[in-house]
Amino acid sequence: MRKVIMGNHSLSYGAMLSRAQVIAAYPITPQTQVVELLSEMCADGTLEAKFIKVESEHSAMAACLGASMAGARTFTATSAQGLALMHEMLHWAAGGRMPVVMGDINRSMAPGWSIWTDQNDSLSQRDTGWIQFYCSSNQEVVDTVIQAYKVSEKLMIPSMVILDAFALSHTYEVVDIPEQAKVDAYLPPFNPPYRLTPDDPHAFGGLTSSDHYMELRYRLQKDMEKVPALIEETGREYEQMFGRYLGQVENYLCDGAELVLVTSGTAGYTARVAVDELRARGIKAGNLRIKLFRPFPFEPVRSILSKVPKVAVLDRNISYGHHGIFYQEVKSAMYGQPSQPAIFGFIAGLGGRDITRESFKEIADYTLKHDRPEEEIVWIGVKK
Amino acid sequence: MIEIRFHGRGGQGTVVASKILADALAKEGNFVQAYPEFGVERRGAPVFAFIRIDHQPIYDKSRIYNPDHVVVVDPTLVEAIDVTEGLKDGGYIIINSPKKPEDFKFPDKFKVFAIDATEIAVRHKLGTLAAPIVNTAIVGAVVKILKLTRLESLVAAIKEGVPQKPEENVQAAIEAYEKA
Repeated sequence: MRKVIMGNHSLSYGAMLSRAQVIAAYPITPQTQVVELLSEMCADGTLEAKFIKVESEHSAMAACLGASMAGARTFTATSAQGLALMHEMLHWAAGGRMPVVMGDINRSMAPGWSIWTDQNDSLSQRDTGWIQFYCSSNQEVVDTVIQAYKVSEKLMIPSMVILDAFALSHTYEVVDIPEQAKVDAYLPPFNPPYRLTPDDPHAFGGLTSSDHYMELRYRLQKDMEKVPALIEETGREYEQMFGRYLGQVENYLCDGAELVLVTSGTAGYTARVAVDELRARGIKAGNLRIKLFRPFPFEPVRSILSKVPKVAVLDRNISYGHHGIFYQEVKSAMYGQPSQPAIFGFIAGLGGRDITRESFKEIADYTLKHDRPEEEIVWIGVKK
Repeated sequence: MIEIRFHGRGGQGTVVASKILADALAKEGNFVQAYPEFGVERRGAPVFAFIRIDHQPIYDKSRIYNPDHVVVVDPTLVEAIDVTEGLKDGGYIIINSPKKPEDFKFPDKFKVFAIDATEIAVRHKLGTLAAPIVNTAIVGAVVKILKLTRLESLVAAIKEGVPQKPEENVQAAIEAYEKA
């Protein structure tokens, strides 16, 4: 069914079609509409789920964890300060191997108080052990939530499905909403190997001596390493059933390119249009849109970027005192490769400042003009 | 691709107008992208809504700076702000107003259309004279003037997407469509 819906409601539809059983959330702009619609679906019976109102985001995640331990499929959504308040519980979810799926609307961290987009909220949670997907369209949001449950529950690792504040969360687009029966065929019910039940008592998250702790972490990392192959497999299965492939990255005209932009989020789609315009000027440009950020998609990134001379990484985020975070990660992935491109790092769009086709032209011009970056960070559109 | 900017005031249903138009366009197989001004809306303050329309997927997610056309839902905005900012040469300015197009002093490079959507809305009991809900009437005129969709698609979109007084809203849109 084709329907015009906003990005926030795309998360709601994804959770509904995945038959989430427990939803706990605390409102925060610009996420609130995600759980507003889900609460209406719970109230009118469209979705058979328990909606738990809580007093904070920390409690929202705690409620999801309890429900997940008991064997329920759980969903929540948040943004910025709300995600930061959840931080402790994010470690509990991943360390405890609870496959919660959460929507995060990328909103800039305060202060200055901002409701607009950048990626520092979710990237600050990079090392908590969650899978992270960065989406570029409302269609991708709906599809990715469904795939995220499949991947998360198979490996017992939680997933964050991430979209830009306003630029996607409040933008209406035409979405092909999958049929419930087909989603049911794609995504079986959640059936964890262990669950909290009086019939078969277990303890979760108990004291773990140094004889055992490291093995838990080793196994989490080993299972994280299985995510890329599972995304390829479940992405192809999704394509067979729904006609849309869901992969780790999107390669737009990178093969044979002289310059590849590395992008994510909504800017990752605007970059496609910029590539078309650069090609019209005779510049062989391509766009590598990173969709899966954790685990990092080493294989496709290395295989695509090792064949091009120049790479320009766009970051809508910053690690203060270092670089943009995608820039760090791309450089780290390419280090030691037999063929290494010159890699340039650009920061743009913090606090919701627009990233336009012109921004990418500026980035391309700088990258083509220099052999190596002359600054640690090249800032785009900043008033210095 | 066609890009349109809507000007209204908070509480007039300007964002809903762009959503209804998007629904009607999607019914005819178009790709659409509609979004409000990325901000904190306040009742009575100037607000914007934007829509992109194409026959192929729309990848540009940046804001619209040079619209092909503008729609002015609240005529008092013409004195308050420059509704032609960034408007492309040859662009249409569609204004909710009882005045004639020639009564407005816009540069000749733009084409002005006026439709008294407030009068139509109030007669169909949509809001009050002080706070009329003109969005369905103005969209009826926009669809006709810009030849965007068939009237039936707009009527279907209103019936599905307008929570209150759907029949009155449909009649207001039809009347504006026919008068425009």
